[in-house]
Amino acid sequence: MPEKRKEVIIIGAGAAGMEAAGQLARADYKVTVFEKEPKTGGHVKDWYHLFPDSRDSGEVIEYLDKQLDHKNIILRTGTVVENIKKNDGTFVVRTSDGGEISSDAVIVATGFDLFRSERKEEYGYGIYDNVITSSDLEAMFRKNEIKRHDDRIPEKIGFVHCVGSRDEKVSNLYCSKLCCVTAVKQAMEVKKHIENARVFCFYMDMRMGGALYEELYKESQERFGINYIRGKVSEVSENINNKLVVKVEDTLAGRPLKMELDMLVLMAGMEMSESGLKLAGASGLKTGENRFFSPADHHFGSNKSKIKGVFYAGACTAPLNITETISHARAAVADVIDYFRNPKS
Amino acid sequence: MTNFGFTILKERHIDYDGNDKSIAEYICEREPSFRTCIECGCCSATCTTGNFTRFSLREMNILLKRGENDIVREQISKCMLCGKCTLVCPRGVNTRNVILLAREAFQKQLKNAV
Ligand code: SF4
Ligand code: SF4
Ligand code: SF4
Repeated sequence: MPEKRKEVIIIGAGAAGMEAAGQLARADYKVTVFEKEPKTGGHVKDWYHLFPDSRDSGEVIEYLDKQLDHKNIILRTGTVVENIKKNDGTFVVRTSDGGEISSDAVIVATGFDLFRSERKEEYGYGIYDNVITSSDLEAMFRKNEIKRHDDRIPEKIGFVHCVGSRDEKVSNLYCSKLCCVTAVKQAMEVKKHIENARVFCFYMDMRMGGALYEELYKESQERFGINYIRGKVSEVSENINNKLVVKVEDTLAGRPLKMELDMLVLMAGMEMSESGLKLAGASGLKTGENRFFSPADHHFGSNKSKIKGVFYAGACTAPLNITETISHARAAVADVIDYFRNPKS
Repeated sequence: MTNFGFTILKERHIDYDGNDKSIAEYICEREPSFRTCIECGCCSATCTTGNFTRFSLREMNILLKRGENDIVREQISKCMLCGKCTLVCPRGVNTRNVILLAREAFQKQLKNAV
C-alpha cells in the first residue's frame, strides 16, 4: 500500500469510468468521479438488449453501479470538467461550478456521442416520421412497442448501415465497429416482436469481427430470415401512400434497386464526444484524425496520453464495445498504479 | 483421361494478367481518389442515367480496374456529367473527373490506334 493515499480523478461515469473507479477504490486509492449528466451509466442505459447474447443492459448497469458503490469513491454528477492542469506532480482539475480539485493522476473516460443522424439529410431523419435511429428503436424495444408514427405496426423494415461512419461527407472516415452487429441484433429483435415482418439490412460490408458476431449473423439468416442487400443507400423519400422509398444499388446483382418500407432504422455511428473534444482543447491533450483521443502508443500505450499521469479509458479513444471498454478501463487502472510506483518511467 | 464434357469458358473469366489496365492507370495518375472507391454503389443508386440504362458508374470503376474496358467504352458516353454521384460518394471520389479522364483516355487510345 502507498504511504500517503494517492488520489485519482476520473472524468466520466459511463462503463469505462465506473469500472476504473471500482478497481481503484478496491485497491485502496481515493477516487473522485465527475459526470456531466445527472445520471451515471452513459450510453449503456439507453440500450435494451445487448449483443451477442441478448442480455438485458440492466444487468450491466447493476454491475457498474456496484463498482461505484464504495467508501473510497466520491461521485459528482451534473458537473463538467473544464480542464486539467499539471502542477509539478499533481493535477488540478477545474469544474463547471467554478471549483478546483487536485489529484495525483487523472483518467479521462469521456466516452462517445452518437452521430446526429439529421446531419445525413438525404436519409430524412427529422423530416420523415418513420425514419428512426438505432437508439430510438432500443427505446421502442424497452417499451415493448414497435409502432409507426400513425400507430400501425410496421411490416417491412429496413436498416441502413454506416450512417455517419465510413463517410467522408460527414468527415468520419473510420468504421464505428459496432453498428453492423447491432443491426443484426436489432433485425432479429424486430422479428421477435413482429413475427410476419420482412426485414432488410442495407450494408457496404458486414463487419462481424467480434466474439460470436458471425454466429449471430448466420442465426439471423437461418432462424429469422433477415435479408441482406449490399449497397449504400443514396437517398430516402416518402411517397403518397406514406411509405418510405429507399434508393440503393444492389451491387451484387449489379442493378439499381428501389424498395418501399414502413419503417427505416439508421445505424448511427460513434463520434468523439463534444465534451471530450472541449476537454482536449483546454488541456492540451492530443486528438487524432478521427477526433478521438490519440494514445501515446497504439500497441503498448493505448491508455496513456502524452501527459504523464493522465490516462484514457474506454470509447474516448476509439469505438469500443462494452467488453472492450471494461478491459480498457482495467488496463488504465494498471497503468495508473504503475505510474504511482514508477512516476519517472 | 475421361472427358466429362466440361470446358473452361474463356469469356467467363477475367483474364487479369492479359487485360489492359492502362485506362485505369491513366485515371489513377491524374485523379488519385479513383483508387479509394469501395464499390458501395451509392453513386450508381443516385445516378439518373443508371436508373434508366445499363450504365453503372460503380460497375465501370471495377471493370476499368480489371481491364475489362470494352463494356465501359460502350457505356460511358451515356453519362450526362451532372455530378450527382460526386455529391454522394462516401469516399470523396471525384467521380465526375473520373468519367472525364476515362473518356479522355479512350480518346487517346483511339488516336494511337489510328
Ligand atoms: S460496423 Fe458496419 S455499419 Fe458500423 S460503420 Fe462499420 S461497416 Fe458500417
Ligand atoms: S455525372 Fe454521370 S455517372 Fe454521375 S450521376 Fe450524373 S449521369 Fe450519373
Ligand atoms: S459512391 Fe464512391 S465509393 Fe461508392 S461506388 Fe461510387 S465511386 Fe465508389
